[in-house]
Amino acid sequence: MSTSGTTARRPSQLFRNLNAKIASLPMILTALCVFLGGTVWTIVYSFTNSKLLPRLKFVGLDQYERLWSQSRWLTSIENLLVYGVLSLIFSFVIGFILAALLDQKIRFEGVFRTIFLYPFALSFVVTGLTWQWILNPDFGVQHIVRGLGWESFTFNPLYDQRIVIYGILIAGLWQGTGLIMCLMLAGLRGIDEDIWKAARVDGIPTWKTYLFIVIPMMRPVFITTLVIVASGIVRLYDLVVAQTSGGPGGASEVPAKYVYDYMFLAQNLGQGFAASTMMLLSVAIIVVPWAYLEFGGKKRG
Amino acid sequence: MRYHLLAAALAASTAITLAAPAGAADLEVTHWWTSGGEAAAVAEFAKAFDATGNKWVDGAIAGGGSTARPVMVSRITGGSPMAATQFNTGRQAEELVEAGLMRDFTDLAAKEGWKDFIRPASLLEGCTVDGKVYCVPVNIHSWQWLWLSNKAFEDAGVPVPTNWDEFVAAGPALEKAGKIPLAIGGQSWQTTGTFNVLIPAIAGKDVFLKVYQDHDAEVAAGPEIAKVFKAADDARKLSAKSNVQDWNQATNMVITGQAGGQIMGDWAQGEFQVAGQVAGKDYTCLPGLGVNELISTGGDSFYFPKLDDADKTAAQEVLASTMLNPATQVAFNLKKGSVPVRGDVDVAAANDCMKKGLDILAKGNIIPDTNQLNTEDTNNQLNDLFVEFFKTPSMTPEEAQKRYAAIIASAD
Repeated sequence: MSTSGTTARRPSQLFRNLNAKIASLPMILTALCVFLGGTVWTIVYSFTNSKLLPRLKFVGLDQYERLWSQSRWLTSIENLLVYGVLSLIFSFVIGFILAALLDQKIRFEGVFRTIFLYPFALSFVVTGLTWQWILNPDFGVQHIVRGLGWESFTFNPLYDQRIVIYGILIAGLWQGTGLIMCLMLAGLRGIDEDIWKAARVDGIPTWKTYLFIVIPMMRPVFITTLVIVASGIVRLYDLVVAQTSGGPGGASEVPAKYVYDYMFLAQNLGQGFAASTMMLLSVAIIVVPWAYLEFGGKKRG
Repeated sequence: MRYHLLAAALAASTAITLAAPAGAADLEVTHWWTSGGEAAAVAEFAKAFDATGNKWVDGAIAGGGSTARPVMVSRITGGSPMAATQFNTGRQAEELVEAGLMRDFTDLAAKEGWKDFIRPASLLEGCTVDGKVYCVPVNIHSWQWLWLSNKAFEDAGVPVPTNWDEFVAAGPALEKAGKIPLAIGGQSWQTTGTFNVLIPAIAGKDVFLKVYQDHDAEVAAGPEIAKVFKAADDARKLSAKSNVQDWNQATNMVITGQAGGQIMGDWAQGEFQVAGQVAGKDYTCLPGLGVNELISTGGDSFYFPKLDDADKTAAQEVLASTMLNPATQVAFNLKKGSVPVRGDVDVAAANDCMKKGLDILAKGNIIPDTNQLNTEDTNNQLNDLFVEFFKTPSMTPEEAQKRYAAIIASAD
């Protein structure tokens, strides 16, 4: 390719596909001004001591020092880690197993799929409230099992500080696993029939087929599902507020709730901004290296 | 043709609005008074305001102050303010006033002589910034009350306690009778309130002022406050089985005799009234926990955001005036269980407990409310600390006191 050829081609590349570029302009502006602009504004103001209203009085890392010395913040991070890891593992495992079972050309597949997906139609507030009632020791599961005869049965996670996060996990899994199942099912349906036939001909047992052949082939589906589940985990707020209000004694606090409470209840915007910047940082730490591996490597190749 | 019809329709609609009676405005008033007693009280304000020819558009927000205040602040800073809003008397709306978002009533206050009849003077002073009056205090609420259920103590076979120590001593008997000795709701402000009431009762007025007015961290880490933490430890043990959320659910436990007592402000009286209970007969009240008869003079004030509409702005003055007029003050405060801000009204219809409160107020045994002394930030940090302390049996009083001293040290 001659140099004159490349210089002559560059301007026309900008105007190629002009209609598509103009159509995407609103979204580009939104992404730049709202997402990026809002993020930068928040990060800048997290270095100020804004109280109820934002003000440009810089105090360096004070807000971050205060943030990391709060026991409530440390509990929130711990809870998010526990909830996040377990939520990922269980929703993937349960979702995949349900999808694999539904994929067996069973009768009433549509009915089962609808039943499993129904909880996803409920908001987190309704889910949280419902599970608060189900797990209530006086009216819920504990009361019913005791009524059936097992007098000493205790199942009271929402009032026990050590295991309240698992009570929230149950509600979260109940709500979200249906969607994971549907995504996995779509992915499974995308596997060519011939692969199954070939595996059967080779005499590979079904579980090995799933584990070593089908799952690696479903990589794009897994990645999409991972992004959806992860975004739901970081956003965890309304479920906690509805189910336990952060209790008992602050044992089920989560970062998003810390941000809200300090921004609006404590009228301390600076603290809230610092906390949300930390949340962004933790997501970035995970996403950026992954994105580099996923997309950066390929460009070079 | 269609354009002319549209123009005519628009002109007609403007004419209709202009034809409305001048001065009669609909004012949206937001508040968080949603329990039975509170709703009955705010209805008195609505009635009195409707009688002036304007209309009270009720904007009740459920969930208590901590849910309502963010909504109110967002609306005011976001540019769609309500005509009037409740806040607790104190520093909650400090920054909104400083930002110039609230209107002042200095002229109305001078004309009607507010500073002459509002007592104590700290109420109106809390509303005055740079010589201008920005809010209307409407009641005096105090936190320092222990409400006891006569029925619960009868069932347990113990005499009704007359002070905090007797109450703690009666704890085991109550538990044996299957009652919860001390009812506390799960919301964090309630546990902080309980602790703040124990301070003047156990350590006295001076220590309270040193910690919350002067923000003296040394006193906060000292031996007097250590005694208060020990009392809070007792309260924690007595309330371990209490698992309701809202304050009025805890009051309900006292009303129905399922709990022995509750440390709550005098707004709990509204609940007893709505349940038809009689002070002295069905329930007993101990101001200052029966130890040090001190009451705080907090309460609620109404703030009025600046509005563009001239009719509504004029109606805001009518509302402010209505809230302070003698008849409305008596009607509202009797239903709410609070003390009127006017010293010159007749509260003969007050019940026993309200009379005790009026007595203490007349004697001048008052302390300012923590809402007037602390910012919301400090209060929120205290809420986090105390809700954790009350629900975590493994947290020692010494640990909690260390964190408490750190919060007081950083308070502004």
